[in-house]
Amino acid sequence: MKSAVILFPGTNRERDMVAALKKVTDIEPVIVWHAETTLPGGLDLIVLPGGFSYGDYLRAGAISARSPIMRDIIRRAEAGVPVLGVCNGFQALCEAGLLPGVLMRNASLKFVCREVKLEIVNAETAFTHLYRPGQIIRCPVAHHDGNYFADKATLDRLEAENRVVFRYGQGTNPNGSQRDIAGIINAAGNVLGMMPHPEDLTDPLLGGIDGLALFESIATPAREKAA
Amino acid sequence: MKARIIVTLKQSVLDPQGQAIEGALAALGFDGVGSVRQGKIIDIELSDPVNAEARLKAMCEKLLANTVIEDYRVEMVD
Repeated sequence: MKSAVILFPGTNRERDMVAALKKVTDIEPVIVWHAETTLPGGLDLIVLPGGFSYGDYLRAGAISARSPIMRDIIRRAEAGVPVLGVCNGFQALCEAGLLPGVLMRNASLKFVCREVKLEIVNAETAFTHLYRPGQIIRCPVAHHDGNYFADKATLDRLEAENRVVFRYGQGTNPNGSQRDIAGIINAAGNVLGMMPHPEDLTDPLLGGIDGLALFESIATPAREKAA
Repeated sequence: MKARIIVTLKQSVLDPQGQAIEGALAALGFDGVGSVRQGKIIDIELSDPVNAEARLKAMCEKLLANTVIEDYRVEMVD
């Protein structure tokens, strides 16, 4: 699986992401600087990792969503290349219009850094097919702006189309997200955004491997394609 | 030519920061505060006045405000 991890000024979780990707692929992930205008060819996955791009100036993810590389990311996404945005990456995907809604300041106004229970609501996506539907996994969160907001019509449509992929388990919603939404997918099923960090539970040394199946899910169809 | 952009959260969107300010005002003994909403001000100096209002509106729509949750207002300062 050939993957690219996008680096914006202020991104700080790209190394965790690369380490997680290396567990499921023999091909070294490519780090792509935001000022580039073209991504490498033949990508099986584009990842926007976590961090604080541009210091969260204006709105979290707002400036990075207008970076030069973003135009090519949008082009590839529209062509069907899988795109994963985690934390700040999710915020940027919403700001770029690849996903609906917006991540607002946490309702508590506090930065939240802890483990939550995450329900796999949709286990039929390219990113989650190795989980069981309804499975509850452990997953860390670390963010200040994870409070998912969209108007009622958008929320109803996301639910009706089974596009809410992850929800915070009962009583663990850390940020006030509407309908406990932790991650959503686009209509075409190739762009996923989520606030929790699955890359940080991919090795027993980190305390668990609950996040590993997400990366294996993405890599499995890519491997089959290569075979 | 100067313009001031005022970005505020839509009335339908909960504003926890405004609520926190409201609580702090009450704690300081300021009575009679109904509610507080907070937002941001962005001052822009245009070097070219041509089509200023349309360009400023486009800037708001494309970057300065996220219209899912925010309203904006453009004021020409001079």
